[in-house]
Amino acid sequence: MSVHATARLRAEPDGRGGTVLPVLESAGPLALRRTRSPHAPYARVTVVGAMSAPLNGDRLAIEAEAADGARLTVDAAAATVALPGPRPDADPSTYTVDLTVGEGAALHWLPEQLVSAHGSRLHQTTRVQLAPTASLLLREEQILGRHGEPTGALTTRLTVHRAGRPLLDQQLAYGPDAPAGWDGPAVLAGHRAVGQLLLAEPSFEDAPLLARLLGPTAALTPLVGPAVLVTAVAADARLLRGILDDAMRELLDGLKKSFEEGFED
Amino acid sequence: MSRAALLVLADGRFPAGGHAHSGGAEPAVAEGRVRDADSLAAFCRGRLHTAGLTAAALAAAAAHGLDPLALDEAADARTPSPALRSTARKLGRQMMRAARATWPGPELDALAAARPRGAHQPVVLGLTARSAGLGPEDAAHCVAYETVSGPATAVVRLLSLDPFHATAVLARLAPELDRVAEQAAEAARRGIDALPAASAPLLDITAEAHAAWPVRLFAS
Amino acid sequence: MHLGHTHDGPAAVSADATRPDGTRRALRIGLGGPVGTGKTATVAALCRELRDRLSIAVVTNDIYTREDADFLLNNAVLPPERIQAVETGACPHTAIRDDISANLEAVEDLEDAVGPLDLILVESGGDNLTATFSKGLVDAQIFVIDVAGGDDIPRKGGPGVTTADLLVINKTDLAPYVGSDLEQMALDAKKQRGDLPVAFTSLTSAEGVGPVADWVRAQLAAWTA
Repeated sequence: MSVHATARLRAEPDGRGGTVLPVLESAGPLALRRTRSPHAPYARVTVVGAMSAPLNGDRLAIEAEAADGARLTVDAAAATVALPGPRPDADPSTYTVDLTVGEGAALHWLPEQLVSAHGSRLHQTTRVQLAPTASLLLREEQILGRHGEPTGALTTRLTVHRAGRPLLDQQLAYGPDAPAGWDGPAVLAGHRAVGQLLLAEPSFEDAPLLARLLGPTAALTPLVGPAVLVTAVAADARLLRGILDDAMRELLDGLKKSFEEGFED
Repeated sequence: MSRAALLVLADGRFPAGGHAHSGGAEPAVAEGRVRDADSLAAFCRGRLHTAGLTAAALAAAAAHGLDPLALDEAADARTPSPALRSTARKLGRQMMRAARATWPGPELDALAAARPRGAHQPVVLGLTARSAGLGPEDAAHCVAYETVSGPATAVVRLLSLDPFHATAVLARLAPELDRVAEQAAEAARRGIDALPAASAPLLDITAEAHAAWPVRLFAS
Repeated sequence: MHLGHTHDGPAAVSADATRPDGTRRALRIGLGGPVGTGKTATVAALCRELRDRLSIAVVTNDIYTREDADFLLNNAVLPPERIQAVETGACPHTAIRDDISANLEAVEDLEDAVGPLDLILVESGGDNLTATFSKGLVDAQIFVIDVAGGDDIPRKGGPGVTTADLLVINKTDLAPYVGSDLEQMALDAKKQRGDLPVAFTSLTSAEGVGPVADWVRAQLAAWTA
C-alpha cells in the first residue's frame, strides 16, 4: 500500500522579533518537530522521518511558508533514502516540496541528503516562490546509490521564481531511467554526489557576487537576479557536504560583513 | 516547410559564429575525460540529453511562436553559468545578424531591437527557423544537431581525432537526435511552462573554469 | 527588405558603409599574412604613427586567445578600450573570411564604446598564403610577408599576395643576412599584382612603417571624400 501524505508548516512573525509556527502538520512518514534554534529570530523545524521513505509508489509532499517578515530554518534529522519497496512494478515515488517566502522573510531550507538506493525510482520536485525582498538559503544533495551499490532512478527539478519571474530552473536525471550519457564526461563523469546551494538575497541586487571556482568540481555562479548558485559534484556525500559547507560559511560570513559595513555607513 | 531551408540553417558553414566554440569539449579534453571516439560519443550523448534538450525546446518554442522575450528569460533561468549565458548571447547576436541577412522579417527585427546585445542563441535560431518558414521540429533538430556537431568538430581539432570516426559518432547519434527534437517540439506545443530544464552539472562547472583559462583554443 | 536597408536595431549587414544613423562609418582595413612576418608590429607602428590625428581601434584575431591583443596592450600603443580580441576556435581564416560574424560584432562594439572612429585595423591570426579578408568585413586589406620567409613568395603568388590592396614586404633589413633578393621580389610582385602597390618596410629603420601609413592615409582620404 503506497502512502500519500502532505506535511504543512507556516511561520509568521510574533511581533516581538521572534517567529511562531501557527501551522505545523505532520503527515505519514513526514513528522515535523519544532526544535531549538541557535539563532534567536529564527524558528526551527526538523523533519523527522518516522519510517524509511519514500518507497516506490509513495506520494509525499511538504508545503512550507515563511510569511512576510518571518524567519524559518527547516532541517532534517537524517538523510532521505528512496527505496524500491515491496512491489517491483510500482510507479516511481514522488516527493514534492513547495516553498513560499514572503516580503522581508527568510527561509533556510537545509534538509539532509537524498539517497537514491538501487532499484528505487523517485521524482523529486522543489518549487519556490520568492517575494521580491525574500531571502532564501536552499541546499539539495543527490547521492547516487548507498555505499558501493548502483544508483536508483532519480529525477529532480528545482524551479525558483522571484517576484513571479523565473530565477532558476534545473532538472537532473540519473540512473537506469535516464537517457544515456548521464554518467558521461559532460554530466557526471563518474561522480556519485551532486549538490546545489542556492542563496537568494535582495542585497545582491546592489552588490552582485562574481563567479568563481570552488575547486575543480564546484563553481559559484551569480544568476540573473539577486542570487547565487553553487553547483558541485563529488565522489561521495561527505566530500560534497564539505564543499557546500565551506561555500555556505563563506557566503553567510560575506553577508554578515556587508550587513555590518552597511551599519557603519 | 522547405527541407532545403533547413539544410541551409543547419549547415556548419552558416555564418553564425559556431566554429569558435567547442561546447565544453575543450575543458573535457584537457581533463582527460574526452580522449577518443568513445568518450566523445559519451560526451555528446550527455550534452544532447541535457543542455541540448533544453536548448532545442527553447528553439522549438520560438519557432512555434511563443514570446521570444519570455523564452529569453526562461533561458536565463536555465543557464546558471554566467560564462554560458554570455556565450549564448554572443552566439545569439551572431545568429541574428546571419538571420536578418538570410530570412529577414519583422519578428527578427523586433527581437534584435529588444536585445541589441543578443538574445539566447536557441531563441534566435527558433525565430530564424520561423522566419524561414520552418517548424518547431526543424528548429529543434538544428539545435540538437549543433549540440553534438560543435564538440565533435572541436575534438577533431583538439585531439587530431580521425574525422571519419568523429563523423561516425554523429551518425550513430542520429536516432537519439530525432527523439530529442521530437520531445523538444512536443514540449514547446504545450507552452512555456512545459519546457524542459535538463542540465549537466559538469558542463556548468567546467564552463566557468574554461572561461578563466588565460590561453585556450576555443571561445567556449 | 533588401540587404542595403538601414534598420532600427543593429545593422544586419556590416558591409554597409553607413552607421544605423546614416553617418559614414569608420574605414576598416584588414592585415593578414603568414605567422611571424610582423603583422602585429606593423599594427603597433601604424597606431603610433596615426593615433594623434585619427581615432583608431584594433581588432585582433588570435589563434590562441589574446596574445596579439596583449602585445598591443603591453606596448601601450592604444588604450585598452580601443583593442578587442576575437577568439577564432583554431581557425583564424574562418573568422576573417567565411564566418565574419564575431569580427563584425567586435567592430560594432568598438564603434559603440569609443566611437565615432576614423579607422579600425583588423589583424588576422597568422595563417597561410591563401587567407584573405571578406569584403563584408573590411574595405581594404594589407598582406604582410617578409624577406626571411623566402624571396620566392611573391613569385608563388596565392590570393593574399596577388589580390591584397597593399602588399607589404617587411624586414628588408634582414635581406643581406638571409640572402633574399629585394629587386627580384619587387619584379615578381609586379608580375603577380599588376598595378597594385607594394611597400618595402623595415620597422627598425628611420622610415619604419611610413610607406604603409601613407597608403592608409590615402585610403582614408578616398573613403571620406
